[in-house]
Amino acid sequence: MKGPRRLAPLVLTSLALAGACGLLWAAVGEESIQLKDAPGRDLTTGRCIICHSLEYIPSNAPAMNRAAWQKTIQKMKDRFGAPLTDEEAKQILDYLDGSYSGKS
Amino acid sequence: MVTRRELLLGSAGGWLLERVWAGEATDTLTALPGKKPLIRRAFRPPNFETPLADLVAPFTRNDAFFVRYHLAVIPPRVDPATWRLQIAGASAQRPLTVSLRELRGGFEHVSVAAVNQCAGNRRGLFTPRVPGVQWGNGAMGNALWRGVRLRDVLRRAGVAPDALEVVFDGADSPILPATPDFLKSLPVERALDENTLIAFEMNGQPLPHWNGAPARLIVPGWVGTYWVKHVTEIRIEPKAFDGFWMKAAYRVPTGAFPGSRFTSQENAETTPVTELMVNSLITSHVSGAHLRRGERVELAGKAWDSGAGIEAVEVSADRGQSWRDATLQRDLGRFAWREFRFALDTSKAGPLEMAVRARSRSGAKQPDKLTPNPSGYHDNIVQTVSLEVV
Repeated sequence: MKGPRRLAPLVLTSLALAGACGLLWAAVGEESIQLKDAPGRDLTTGRCIICHSLEYIPSNAPAMNRAAWQKTIQKMKDRFGAPLTDEEAKQILDYLDGSYSGKS
Repeated sequence: MVTRRELLLGSAGGWLLERVWAGEATDTLTALPGKKPLIRRAFRPPNFETPLADLVAPFTRNDAFFVRYHLAVIPPRVDPATWRLQIAGASAQRPLTVSLRELRGGFEHVSVAAVNQCAGNRRGLFTPRVPGVQWGNGAMGNALWRGVRLRDVLRRAGVAPDALEVVFDGADSPILPATPDFLKSLPVERALDENTLIAFEMNGQPLPHWNGAPARLIVPGWVGTYWVKHVTEIRIEPKAFDGFWMKAAYRVPTGAFPGSRFTSQENAETTPVTELMVNSLITSHVSGAHLRRGERVELAGKAWDSGAGIEAVEVSADRGQSWRDATLQRDLGRFAWREFRFALDTSKAGPLEMAVRARSRSGAKQPDKLTPNPSGYHDNIVQTVSLEVV
């Protein structure tokens, strides 16, 4: 099982990469945010934190179901240029839908 | 039973640091450099909301004013000495570039008191829930903005007769090159409105970094998305701007809401969100508050609209069967919010459910029901607080 500690270096690496692309205000404290532990978490974390901290995922969960996550992932890929293969998008969708679909 | 709306409002005094919210997330206060602790919606891009206690003052403190960004590459500081504003575009007859010193020294200074409210303020209160930053009531504030008229600057650059829109870019940018930069446009008429400013001061102080230093756009009466921060480039164009943040974001169903139309950006299905809707917020009490029997106490809050001004604020203690006028306090200007006060009847013990609705001088009133729209904009429904006299 992957412990939460493993995610901290991942977050920092992605922040460093993002910082290399330009001036970046590094959000002190955001590395404390961890997504739920389930298959696909590391991939989801690694891709999402390129552009934003992770609060968006739990805070939006009550508004989301599988279709809404599919739409969001597609938007991130097509509109915002998130680097995602179709296979990765599928894994992230399964993870987000499994862990963060709270829409009743 | 405590509803989610009541829980969201439950930060009396802002002292309660963490609250259960929708059974999922918690509201956490975090301080950005130079800001007091604000409700953190996201670390990056920074999205921070003003706690209710900081919406009580007539002018929202600079260090408490909400922060909203779309893109995470934000210069740590925009140097006022090297900052330049370029005014160009296909409909600019004499393109020019000005320094902050030239901007401050070359044009008449004007001030306007105005509410800056995010289009998605209260999105987190929408039922059914909609995706996006899950704002409560605090993606807004009122400030005295000082700067120069945008139209004076545009006229210096020469506005050609074919000008249709004016496009604004700020110093923030995306992390990935493929992500659309945050550019917004205004109809040329709105850009030339005497109240639209390029501001460099807020409440008598230089703009805080997180609110757009050294200069930002002020579009009184229009939602915050047009108030471009750290503005660096202005383009006067003869064509409708086709950037993502105009064509695909910040849009509502065509015809769903009253207010100014942005016709060059409108299509049969959707149109840009433009003016603020008449609205109010109770700042004195939150649901669950207890009042002492016989206590002299007032319900108080703020009411605002898109600039017609507030005509009346009405209060109902009987679930909307009858309404009485609250007392309006000092008029800070038609684009500012207006404080209201209403003496509560605490003569009988028991529940006291107080509803508040504002009416604009335009005749618009706060509605009872939300107008559904996919992005969760324009929540201006009548607010109710459930109090208890004990």
